[in-house]
Amino acid sequence: MESAEAEPSDSRPEEDGAAPCSGLPPPEQPGATMEECLAKKMEITVSEAEKRTGRNAMNMQETYTAYLIETRVVESQSEGQCAPVDSLWRRYSEFELLRNYLSVTYPHIVVPPLPEKRADFVWHKLSADNMDPDFVERRRIGLENFLLRVASHPVLCQDKIFYSFLTQEGGWKEMVNETGFQLKADSRLKALNATFRVKNPDKRFTELKHYSDELQSVISHLLRVRARVADRLYGVYKVHGNYGRVFSEWSAIEKEMGDGLQSAGHHMDVYAASIDDILEEEEHYADQLKEYLFYAEALRAVCRKHELMQYDLEMAAQDLTSKKQQCEELATGTVRTFSLKGMTSKLFGQETPEQREAKIKVLEEQIQEGEEQLKSKNLEGRDFVKSAWADIERFKEQKNHDLKEALISYAVMQISMCKKGIQVWTNAKECFSKM
Amino acid sequence: MEAEGRVPGPPLPPPSPGSGGGAGARADAPAGAPGAARGPPLAAAAEVLSLDDEEDDLEVFSKDTSLAEVNLFSPSMPISPSSMINQYKIEDEPELRDLFITVDDPESHITTIETFITYRVVTKTSRGEFDTSEYEVRRRYQDFLWLKSKLEEAHPTLIIPPLPEKFIMKGMVERFSDEFIETRRKALHKFLNRIADHPTLTFNEDFKVFLTAQAWELSSHKKQGPSLLSRMGQTVRAVASSVRGGVKNRPEMFTEMNNYMETFSQKINVLDKIAHRIYKEEREYFNEMKEYGPIHTLWSASEEDIADSLKGVASCIDKCCKATEKRMAGLSENLLPILHEYVLYSEILMGVLKRRDQIQGELDSKVDALANKKTEKDLFSEEIGKLEDKVECANNALKADWDRWKQNMQCDMRSTFTNVAENNLRYYEECLATWESFLASQTVDLHVEADSEDRP
Repeated sequence: MESAEAEPSDSRPEEDGAAPCSGLPPPEQPGATMEECLAKKMEITVSEAEKRTGRNAMNMQETYTAYLIETRVVESQSEGQCAPVDSLWRRYSEFELLRNYLSVTYPHIVVPPLPEKRADFVWHKLSADNMDPDFVERRRIGLENFLLRVASHPVLCQDKIFYSFLTQEGGWKEMVNETGFQLKADSRLKALNATFRVKNPDKRFTELKHYSDELQSVISHLLRVRARVADRLYGVYKVHGNYGRVFSEWSAIEKEMGDGLQSAGHHMDVYAASIDDILEEEEHYADQLKEYLFYAEALRAVCRKHELMQYDLEMAAQDLTSKKQQCEELATGTVRTFSLKGMTSKLFGQETPEQREAKIKVLEEQIQEGEEQLKSKNLEGRDFVKSAWADIERFKEQKNHDLKEALISYAVMQISMCKKGIQVWTNAKECFSKM
Repeated sequence: MEAEGRVPGPPLPPPSPGSGGGAGARADAPAGAPGAARGPPLAAAAEVLSLDDEEDDLEVFSKDTSLAEVNLFSPSMPISPSSMINQYKIEDEPELRDLFITVDDPESHITTIETFITYRVVTKTSRGEFDTSEYEVRRRYQDFLWLKSKLEEAHPTLIIPPLPEKFIMKGMVERFSDEFIETRRKALHKFLNRIADHPTLTFNEDFKVFLTAQAWELSSHKKQGPSLLSRMGQTVRAVASSVRGGVKNRPEMFTEMNNYMETFSQKINVLDKIAHRIYKEEREYFNEMKEYGPIHTLWSASEEDIADSLKGVASCIDKCCKATEKRMAGLSENLLPILHEYVLYSEILMGVLKRRDQIQGELDSKVDALANKKTEKDLFSEEIGKLEDKVECANNALKADWDRWKQNMQCDMRSTFTNVAENNLRYYEECLATWESFLASQTVDLHVEADSEDRP
C-alpha cells in the first residue's frame, strides 16, 4: 500500500521574491525590484522625538515618547519643486504592532528588527532610563533605520498596512487589528513542540538555526565586553583630567617650570574631555551590531515557521497513513496491528457487513480529503522553503555587506582616536620638554 | 656641631662679608654658572667634612682637575685660590666623574635567626683617597639605613637622598617577591649614585667606608662613634633648646622654602596618587581588552564572507592590547618610581628645614638667655659666636643644596614627564599603524569586489 509521505523539503529556490505560500494574503504583484521599492519613491525620516503624557488602557497616567515620521514623495523629475512633507506621530508600541503584523503575515521573510525596547549592554555612563535623551535619540535613529529597511524590502514595501502606517494618522490601529493577524499567529507552545518533534526538517534550515544561535550568542558576548572596555577606556582618559588641576596648582609655586606645567595641564584636560565624543560615536557602532543581534532572532523565527510547517506536514502524512491502514484492515478483515477496535470486535463479536461498509466509506472519504490536504501542504511547504530561502539569501548578502562596513567604520573610529591621542601627547610633550 | 665625635671642629675663619645666605646669588643657580657671585664662607661649610677629607680635598684639587660633577656651587669646597681656579675649570666639564657605583645581584641569606637579602655594591674610582680603583662588597638594607643616618648626622642641613621604604604597605607586595627586590635594588642604586653626585656627601668618610669595607670591617666601624644614647641625648638637648624651632628669627628665604615645600609636598603626593590611579585604570583596560579580541576570532569561525575582516579586527585589538601593556610598563618603570622618590624627598626636605630651624633655635635661646645674664657675658658671647657660625654654616649649606635639589628636581620632572608623553605617543602610533593597515586591506577588498561584481 502506498503510504503518503511528507516530501523532503529541499527544493531550490529559483527566483527572487517569490510569492508567499497559499493561505496567506497574496501580494498584488510579484516582489518589487530595487527601483520600484517604496524607499526609492518616498523619502522617509523619523525626524523628532517628543515626550508626551496621556492615559493608558487602565486609565492611569503615563509618560511616553512620540516620534515624528515625515514622508515625502520623490518626484521622478523634480525641478526645484518639492512635494509637500506629510507627517504623523507614532509611539514605540505602534511600531511594535506593525512589526508583529509583518512577522505573522510574512513568516517566510526575515523581518527587520526594531531597536531595543530597553537600554541594554550599557556601560556606566549611559543611563538605562528610557527617557534619557541619548537613549531617545539613538532610538529615533533606530526607528528610522527600521522603516527604511522595510521600505527597501522587495516584498514588505508593498504591504498596505505598512503604507498606512507611514501615511494614515487615525484609525491605523483598528485597521491592523481588523486584518485578524493575531489569530494567525502561531502559539509559542506549538512552535516549541514542533522544534522538538520534527523528524525531517530541511538541513539548510537546521544549519541556519545553528548559525543564528551562534550569531546571537557571539554578538551578545561582544557587546557585553565592548561595554566593559568602553567603561575602562573612559576611566583611563578621565583620570588624566586630574593632572590639569594639580599641574596648575603646582605651577603657582614654580618659577621656571610654571609655564610648561600649566600648558601641559591644559592638554591633559583636552585629552580627558576627548573621550566623550569618541565613545558616543562608538555607541552607533554598537547599535549596528545590535541590529544584527536582533536580526538573528528574526532568522530564528523563519526557521521556527519552517519547523512548524514541516511538523504539521509530517503529522498529516502520519495520520493519512494510519487511516489508510485502518481502511485496509476493515476491507480485508485482517487485523495487522493491535487496536482497541480490533479487541472489542474480537470480544464482542464482529460488526455486521453493513456497519463495516459504512465505516469503510467514511474512511475512504477521509483518506481522499487527507490526500488532497497533504498535497496542498506539500506545495505550501515547498513554496515556503523556496521563498524563504530567497529572502535568506538576500538577507545574507545584506548582512555581510553591513557588517563589513560596520567593522571598517570601527577601524576608522579607532584611527581617529589614535590621531587625537597623538596630537594631544605631542603637544603635552612639547610643554613638558620646556619645563 | 652635633656630630662632635666624628668631626673635631677646626678653628673657624671669620665669615666673609658676603654671608647671609647669598640671596643675591640665587639667580645664578643654573648649572655651570661659576660660584664667583657666592660670598658665603666656604671654610665654615668645610667643617661639615671631617678633617682628613679636607686635607685630601685640597690635595686633590691642586693636582687633579677631574672631580665629581660640580655643576653648581658647592659649599664643600674649601676656600683657597687654587681650589677656586680648579672649581671654575671643573665646571667647564660637568660630565667628569671619578666614582662609579652599581648595585646589583640580590642574594638571599638564611640564618637561624633571620632571612635577609644582600646586594652587591661595585665601586670603580680614580680618586686618590681610595686605596684601589675597584671595590666589590655586599650590603644589606640595614647597612644603607646606617649610612643614611650617618650622613644625616654629619650634614643636618644637607638634603640626603631618599632610601626605599622598609615595608610597602599598599600593594601587598610580599617582602621577598622578585618585583619588590628589583624595585628596591633600583632605588638603592639611585641612592648611592645620588650621594656620589653630591658635591659634599661624595667625600663623606662613612660613605667611603660603606663602599669599600668588608663585612667585618663595616661592623667594627659602625661600633665607633658616639653611642646611641649620647646621640639621643644631643638630639633631646637640641630639641629642648629650640622649643619654638627657631621660627621667630628665621630668614625670609627659609620661610619661603617652608611654604614652597608645604605646597610641593601636597602636590607631589596628589600626583603620586593620580599616577597610581592611571596605572590601575590602564591595567583594568588591558584586562578587558584581552577578552575583546578573541571574541572576534570566535565569531569569524561561523562566518564566511566576513571571516577575514573579523580576524583582522581581532588581530588589531590584540596588538593594541600588547601596546597597552608596554605603556603600563613604561609608567611603572619610570613615572611611578620618580614620583615616589619625590614624595620621600618632600618629607626629607621638611625634615632638613626643621633641623635648620632647630640649629637656629639653639642660637636664639642662647641669645635670649644672654639678654638676662649680664655677668657671664664673655663666656656666653664666645658660645654665641660659635652658634652663630653654626647657623650660618647650616644656612649656607642648605641654601646651596636646596638650589641644587631644585635644579635636579626640575630636570627629573622634565625628563620623566617627557618620557611619559613619549610613551603615550609610541602607544598611539603603534595602534594607529595597526588599524591603518587593517583599513587598507579592507578597502582593497572592497575595490576588488566592486569591480568584479554585477550589483543589481
